[in-house]
Amino acid sequence: MVSFSSVAKRYPGGQEALRSVTFSVDAGELAFVTGRSGAGKSTLLKLIAAIERPTSGSVIVNGQNVGALKRAAVPYLRRNIGLVFQDQKLLYDRSVFDNVMLPLAFSGLPPREAARRARAALDKVGLLAREKANPIQLSGGEQQRLAIARAVVNRPAILIGDEPTANLDAESAGLILDVFVGFNQVGVTVLIATHDQGLVGRLGRRVLRLEEGRIA
Amino acid sequence: MNAWLRQHRQAAGAALRRLGVLNTAVIGVALSLPTGGYALLENLRGVAGRFALDTQISIFLQPGAKRADADALGKTLRADQRIAKVRFVPREQALKELSGVQGVAEVIAALGRNPLPDAFVVTPRDQDIGQLAGELAGLPGVAHVQADAAWARRLAALANIGRVAIWLLSALLGAGLAAVTFNTIRLQILTRRAEIEVSKLIGATDAFIRRPFYYLGLFQGAAGGIVALGIVAAGLGLLNREVRALAESYGSGFRFDFLGLGDALAVVVFAGLLGSLGAQLAVARQLREVEPG
Repeated sequence: MVSFSSVAKRYPGGQEALRSVTFSVDAGELAFVTGRSGAGKSTLLKLIAAIERPTSGSVIVNGQNVGALKRAAVPYLRRNIGLVFQDQKLLYDRSVFDNVMLPLAFSGLPPREAARRARAALDKVGLLAREKANPIQLSGGEQQRLAIARAVVNRPAILIGDEPTANLDAESAGLILDVFVGFNQVGVTVLIATHDQGLVGRLGRRVLRLEEGRIA
Repeated sequence: MNAWLRQHRQAAGAALRRLGVLNTAVIGVALSLPTGGYALLENLRGVAGRFALDTQISIFLQPGAKRADADALGKTLRADQRIAKVRFVPREQALKELSGVQGVAEVIAALGRNPLPDAFVVTPRDQDIGQLAGELAGLPGVAHVQADAAWARRLAALANIGRVAIWLLSALLGAGLAAVTFNTIRLQILTRRAEIEVSKLIGATDAFIRRPFYYLGLFQGAAGGIVALGIVAAGLGLLNREVRALAESYGSGFRFDFLGLGDALAVVVFAGLLGSLGAQLAVARQLREVEPG
């Protein structure tokens, strides 16, 4: 599903985030990407969603060479990838429900079907009762769950979390992890970047450890 | 319903909700200047055109001329290829017409005789009548030739200057409209930065993101055009109240007419197009800068 071969990423200014990364994640797998801050975790995830392009090497996602993707093709790649960020990137000028509706606006679904799907996504993360609230009224854990609902509402094949539990207490973090595991159980490929070793150890899943821009 | 159509309707709806009253008013006031100028000029052109059609040369005979001399001259005039129409005004008829004018009857009565000569009023085929008038003055029995078109030509020339001025004003304020829209859309993009960034992250195409801004530019321009028409209509209404009193004292029914339907439509359409042009410039410049990363 996701495959890196000899991927390097150098940012303008010379900073080398990734030196040579090779790995692959199969469809339906759940894997963690760990490493200290600055080890290149975020860069690795950004390469998958074509937010950044590799300097060299190839990034294949869902059979597509992301590095060679035309600008106009990027949106269609991203519709198949659910992204969850440490800062949830929610929109605070609209309700919880409308935040989840956003990805459905360009899905071409009829409004009634779109609303049904948005509620189903909110239900899966346990936020259906809060659909009319503003995201600012939610707790940190709830905001992160809302971000997950928005990421999965288009039923992507890949779900990516970039430090999704970083600012949360242990209980909320565990809840978030359960949601990711739940989606993995129904066949979604999940990739989570985190520096929380306790979280990783609990599940006993595959771990890709990044050190100085390489898989250790 | 078709998904593409639904997306356009949603984008247009979103644009309508973001339409600012103040921006629309600014555009409306700016556009009302050339629009109003154009309306006034069209009215003036109507007046000038009416007189230009009547370009005439009056030929006055010598006071003592016999009717036979007049008939001979009339024959010469009618034979001239450059002349379209010849009307003979005998001195008796001229006196009668003049007596109808208020206050003149007493003067004529005091004179005790008809001071007026026989006259011909000819309508030339050509607008350029200077040379013809000169030749006519040289015909036997002719005392005086008066070509009345000069001032009508001056009016037409003045109207032409006015028209050029209106076009200049339109171009300037049209550019102003595009600039105002450019700025509005630029600010809209800046305030919606978070939404645009998130939309890009979750797979919105560029076309999808641009669409509401294009619609906003289009609607804002068109709404400004409609406001301009309203201002012009109100302004002409006020003018006409004064004009009517003045025109009546001259026995004229003149009043300023509003723009025709075609012209009014053109104002709205052009304003809309200029608005969408401004939006496209702003979007092309600004939207690429809002990249997630």
